This record gives sequence, structure tokens and C-alpha cells, in this order.
Amino acid sequence: MSNLTLEEMSTTYYDVLKEIGNIGAGNATTALASLLGSKVDMMVPKVMMLEFKDVGAILGGEEQEMVAAYLGVEGDITGSILFLTQKESAMMVAKKLLGDFCSDELGEMERSAVKEVSNIITGSYLNALATLTGLTIYPSVPDLAIDMAGAILSVPAIQFGIMGDKILLIESQLTNEIEMDGFFIMVPEVDSYEKILTSLGISL
Amino acid sequence: MEIKVGMADLNVCGSPDSITTLGLGSCVGVVLYDPIVKKCGMVHVMLPDSKAITNNQNVAKFADTGIEECLRRVLALGAKKERLVAKIAGGAQMFSINTNNAMLRVGDRNVEAVRKKLGELNIPILAADTGDSYGRTVIFYPETGSYLIRAIGKEPKTI
Repeated sequence: MSNLTLEEMSTTYYDVLKEIGNIGAGNATTALASLLGSKVDMMVPKVMMLEFKDVGAILGGEEQEMVAAYLGVEGDITGSILFLTQKESAMMVAKKLLGDFCSDELGEMERSAVKEVSNIITGSYLNALATLTGLTIYPSVPDLAIDMAGAILSVPAIQFGIMGDKILLIESQLTNEIEMDGFFIMVPEVDSYEKILTSLGISL
Repeated sequence: MEIKVGMADLNVCGSPDSITTLGLGSCVGVVLYDPIVKKCGMVHVMLPDSKAITNNQNVAKFADTGIEECLRRVLALGAKKERLVAKIAGGAQMFSINTNNAMLRVGDRNVEAVRKKLGELNIPILAADTGDSYGRTVIFYPETGSYLIRAIGKEPKTI
């Protein structure tokens, strides 16, 4: 196992993430606008590196109910991707997508709508990463969970926990006819960080 | 007062205070408790084994070193080793996806490691609420020895 810590690689990796965030957010906005038939704008994404203990606060508390899509990544790099947003924003997007068919509860239909939207957003980020690096990346089918922010975040936190005590996330806000505050967490396995950086011509 | 334990963190308290950790997912909330002096310690275990990892400065993060440190702290507070009992909760599997990523099963592995460490230390586990696929908020009351578990969409329960 590599001895590289998150802190050591952070500056360069930050910039890479920001760029992926920018391109990914742009792609996602276009795709979502056409899917939902709504005007969607996206704020410039923020890349944050947080201590485990502060993560809950950013998302509105450890017990805040969130909707999260989690998927595995294989191909030239391996790892996982988590996209999470507050339950209210997820419901709003489901309503846009389903119209009159949408109930007030996150039932089968609504879950499937949220899954589709999460797919588009995570897919846009992954595409940005693949285009930027020239790496081949295959995402798995996502699994959806609706639970407390702390519990959901324990999954990527544990993976980051192998390397340090911090977690890296990209916050992207959708505005205009959709209001959604989404958090995107990419957790490449240790060797994959190096692959991402070397493929961009950055040596560690 | 309610003492808060963060992710990969530990703390101790005595009656009438209580100790809590919010939104446990695959992590495990381990409580060590002396019912006579009503003192307890809680550790929020994130990973099973400190020896498998090079960056292991934070002892509270791991089942092995976290429980050891929690034991040291609760004994320093006046608890007696031979009277200590444990209650554990958490270790859920939050997502199930098709991947060969072993880290997804980390909830089970955390629970196994916690049980193993407590076994080595001869601390009996009085109650456990582990596994499944939902998050848990836990609060321990050293006054009564009850461990309250809250989850979204479920009735709170006490173990």
C-alpha cells in the first residue's frame, strides 16, 4: 500500500477535482435541463476537504435525512462514487420528472426518478474525468439509500479513513427552476489517484 | 449534559451525563460500562484493524486500538476492569452494489473485530444491535446502563 496521504496529494488533486467539477457540472446541467424540460443553472462547484467531524455540519447535521446514490467504478481506475442531496431537493426533482404521477412519498416511482437524475449527474462527472485523463472508466449500476447523512457518509469516510482523517467533496448547486444542493464524493482506490494524476502528466 | 463522540473519536462520562454518537453507518459505537460506579466510555470505530494501515495515528479510528484507549480512559475515570461490560451498535451495510470492493462489507468486519477485541480483553457483550442496512443514532445513559438506538422510520429501541 502506498504511504501517500490525502494531505500530501491534495493541492494538485484539488485542481484536478475542480476541473472535473467544472466540466462535469456543465455536462450535467445540459443533460438535466433537457430531461426535466426545465431551466437549470449550476453554480461554480466548490471543492472542499473536511475533517470527519465537520462533514455532518456542512450537510445540515449528521441526522439530516439525505438521498444518496452510490456506485462502483472499474476499468483503468477502481473506486467508488457517492452523490448525495437533501431529501427535499430529491423530491423536487422527482416531481419535475414525474409531474402528476409523483406522490409526496419516496415510493418506487420517485426512487427510480431520483436514481435516474443521480445517474445523469454522476455520469457527467465520470465523463469529464474520462475525457480529461483519457482513462477508460466503467460505472456500476447505482444503489440508492435514504438515511442519515452521518450514516451515508460513513461509507466514503471509511475509504478515506485508510489514507487520513479528511474527506474530499465537490459541492454543486443547481438553481433556476430546480433548487438542489448536491454533494459529489469520488473515492478512487489509492493506486488510482496516481493513475489519474500521471495520466494528466502530473508526477508525484 | 450530553457528551458527543464524533466519527473516529472517543470519550468518557459518568452519571448523570450521557454520551452519544450521531448517524452511525458502517461504523460501530462501542460502549464500555461499569454499572457500580456508573462510568462509561464510548468509541466510534471506523475500521477493523490499525495494523493493516500505515496512517494509524488516530487510535480511536480502529477497533483494536480504539477499544484499548477507551478502556484506559474509562479505568482512569474510576471504573474497574473486572466489572466492565460492553454494549455495541452499528456496523450496517449502507449500500449493496456489484463490485469486488471488499470495503463495502466493512460493517460486518468492524463488528467482528470489535467482538474479537472485547473477547481478548474478557469484557462480556451484554447487548448488540448490529448489521442490517440503516443508520443509527445511539445514546448511552450510565445512570441506568441503557443504550438507546434511533433510526429513520423506526421506533426507538433500548438495548
